[in-house]
Amino acid sequence: MMATRRALLKSGACALAAVAMPPRFLARVADAAEARGKVLVAVFQRGAVDGLSMVIPHGDPGYYASRTSIALARPRQGDADIALELDGFFALHPTLAPLLPLWRERTLAIVPACGSPDTTRSHFDAQDYMETGTPGVKSTPDGWLGRAAGVLPAGRVTPFRSVALGTQLPRILRGDAGAIALRSLDRFEVRTTTEVSTSKGFESLYQQGIQDLLHGTGRETFEAVKMLKSAGAARLTPANGAQYPRGRFGESLRQIAQLIRADVGLRIAFTDMEGWDTHVAQGAEQGQLANRLRDFGAGLAAFARDLGDRMSDVVVLTMSEFGRTVAENGNRGTDHGHATAMFVFGGSVRGGRLYGRWPGLAREQLFESRDLAVTTDFRTLFNEVATRHLAVPATAGLFPGWTPAAPLGLIG
Amino acid sequence: MSAWRGRLALGLLPLALVGCAAAREPAAATAERAAPVPDDAAALHVLQRVTYGPRPGDVARVRAVGVGAWLERQLDPDRIDDTAVEQALRALPTLTMSIADLQRDYPRLDPELQRKLASGEMTPRELREQYPTDKRPGRIVAELQTARMLRAVNSERQLQEVMVDFWFNHFNVFANKGEVRWYVTAYERDVIRPHALGRFPDLLRATARHPAMLYYLDNWLSVRPGYTVRTGPNQGRRAGLNENYARELLELHTLGVDGGYTQADVTEVARAFTGWSINRPRQDAHFVFRPGTHDVGEKRVLGYSIRAGGERDGEQILDLLAGHPTTARFIARKLVRRLVADEVPPALVERVATAYRTTGGDIRAMLRVIFAAPEFQAPAAAGAKIKKPSEFVVSATRAVGATVDARGAWALARATAEIGEGLYEAVPPTGHADRAEAWVNPGALLSRMNFALALADGRLPGVRSDLGTLVGDADRRQPRAVLEQLLTGLLHGRSSPQTRAVLIAQLDQPEITRLTADDRGPANTDVGKLAALVLGSPEFQRR
Repeated sequence: MMATRRALLKSGACALAAVAMPPRFLARVADAAEARGKVLVAVFQRGAVDGLSMVIPHGDPGYYASRTSIALARPRQGDADIALELDGFFALHPTLAPLLPLWRERTLAIVPACGSPDTTRSHFDAQDYMETGTPGVKSTPDGWLGRAAGVLPAGRVTPFRSVALGTQLPRILRGDAGAIALRSLDRFEVRTTTEVSTSKGFESLYQQGIQDLLHGTGRETFEAVKMLKSAGAARLTPANGAQYPRGRFGESLRQIAQLIRADVGLRIAFTDMEGWDTHVAQGAEQGQLANRLRDFGAGLAAFARDLGDRMSDVVVLTMSEFGRTVAENGNRGTDHGHATAMFVFGGSVRGGRLYGRWPGLAREQLFESRDLAVTTDFRTLFNEVATRHLAVPATAGLFPGWTPAAPLGLIG
Repeated sequence: MSAWRGRLALGLLPLALVGCAAAREPAAATAERAAPVPDDAAALHVLQRVTYGPRPGDVARVRAVGVGAWLERQLDPDRIDDTAVEQALRALPTLTMSIADLQRDYPRLDPELQRKLASGEMTPRELREQYPTDKRPGRIVAELQTARMLRAVNSERQLQEVMVDFWFNHFNVFANKGEVRWYVTAYERDVIRPHALGRFPDLLRATARHPAMLYYLDNWLSVRPGYTVRTGPNQGRRAGLNENYARELLELHTLGVDGGYTQADVTEVARAFTGWSINRPRQDAHFVFRPGTHDVGEKRVLGYSIRAGGERDGEQILDLLAGHPTTARFIARKLVRRLVADEVPPALVERVATAYRTTGGDIRAMLRVIFAAPEFQAPAAAGAKIKKPSEFVVSATRAVGATVDARGAWALARATAEIGEGLYEAVPPTGHADRAEAWVNPGALLSRMNFALALADGRLPGVRSDLGTLVGDADRRQPRAVLEQLLTGLLHGRSSPQTRAVLIAQLDQPEITRLTADDRGPANTDVGKLAALVLGSPEFQRR
């Protein structure tokens, strides 16, 4: 952790120089090509989303055989209330309709059977493994996005290089490069009733002194506050008529878009969404899961719309710790399973198609006779996005102890 | 201290900055008196760990009784008079109500009213008249959050409060999942609280049978594979196992995720708990065992054969788990992490686990081992833990000697949520984290500073800080003297030279020190601003 903060301190000096003269700083950003580095937005569906309901394998007879009450009906031309056809074998959940234009524009790719080689069905462990990028190894101190932030090709380094929207810094962003967690851009400041010197007082308290987690974070905090204020990110309203769904997820994506558009040097953003652990009354076209998916799809689509042309620099990657049982359980829900579906869109993603082998839903094809098998190791997908989109050097070894497999080829 | 000496102190500031011995400063006498003598240090340390932080005068009180005697008193909360806080809690009627009464008096929105509102037959105002906000289910959770904060700030039974928080988090339920909001009051009151300093196996058994847990982890719906529903809206439907509770029972409540169980064990445990359900969940929800939905076959769990039959199957599993050495170690580790350090000393974990095994999971016995441990008392342990949001908020409130009523406690609960720890609002069964990395980040740190400002400025409704008592007889025209009192009162002399130097430098700010009209010297010190800086300092984030 100490090394972390020291590295940060160095980066902080650049940031401080940048904020000293706001107008020139902004002008410089506009013409510096490097300042518009590629951006990766990672979205974690915490609680294990049922991939089979997001991307429905209606062409697999095992799907309907295993799910008597929660299967979505086969798509029908012209019926928007039921599953939406993708390729004749897979269909999209109807509440994810806002993502369909991205699929048609060939910018949305789907990996339908992605997951971890580790077999744990513990939410906590599986999330940890997906965030550290080291399945089965608990001692990894940092996250794979945190490591990626440390090896990005040269570019502007600001306190906003890595940002998580939320009250806690997730494991995935921890690392020597440092990262910011914040819940709201509006409230990211010291609020006093009077003068500003109290803020300076707090700042000084963390300026000097020992190198530890608290002091390092404190220094980082005040650099970031100043930069954010001068960039005016919080004042940007959604562009292109984008409408974010109400609630934390929509708010998080809206603010990530603000940070991107304000050119504060954001390269890696993270947000998450809870409520996917549908053990009971999961629903099908409508119901509990559909309601979550509606926010999920609407949020992602609004984000793409808000950024408009800027999406050519941005890739959004969704993930979840594992999928759910192929068969529904005794309560019209699903229990913890194995592989799940992940989405990738934006940037130079070769979309409009699915990647990775479909393992099949016949009993003998299932993992441990109950779950969708993993045919794409999540590291294959994540590594490809990191190296091809963010240009993290392949030699950086983002995923210790793993030899990269052949890439899926989903990024052009 | 005279005026010129105060100014001289400011002049000598650079000395402090280069790390010169504090003894050179004119104010050294105060500073040295503030540095804790050994007895004070021990008293301070137990107050930081066993309570929600010292109030003014607490260190002296603990020292007067003796640390050992004071700890024993805390271990026996029923003998501590707590009438003042009990009195204050009467403002919160839901705390003592049964699940049945809560379901009746704080009902869900009538679908008919909802329809009328949607169709425009009824205005929102008319709805509020017929369905007042203080009679809605949200009120139940709000009162519970308020009560938790009220007790944390004001209760004399501080160890009990710390352990209630610890065990609730260990056996977490999310208050806003379905029916849980009507159950969670009873869950804390009847399950967590009575056993917080009791025996772990009793606590485990009580959680397993409570509607809050049965609902939160879905066990109430888990039935034997192939069961066909006989009555009700789902009549004729086939139902079966739900392994949610079984898995978390093993992973989070007892053995721990590395506890050596397999997926087959999870399924077998789920089979054993079929039939453990909730009777009349929307009326007077209570535990029921339904023999008709129970899987009667033999189960094999962790290599043992379970064939007690009926309700006894589940009980036998709980006995097996509560008596398992892996559970002892898992619970010991978690207690040590909370009370000693994030990086747990392994030898201490082993000793606490031994206490668990030899006493049948007596929580008091485990705590006594921890409190007596050299690892607990070591100087390195002092300040080793970063306060989690609730600990920060409550400790700051206690440190400034604030008076808090129910409205104030609600403000504290909201502040805690703003910093990231919504009470009863942790969605996953893991509850809230108990490690520094989870709580230290820029957004949360700013929220802490903003809370410190709001608290010290008296901007929190229902929270009245008593900064006057804290600075005592210090002359407000002597900013340095005021600061020394605050450092003593809030940090107990545990301020680093850097923090001290920065704060001394701040005394020059017009915001902190207002000068006389003729600019000849300090006229008044803004104690609130200065206190906020101390509460927002790195040292105050530790316990």
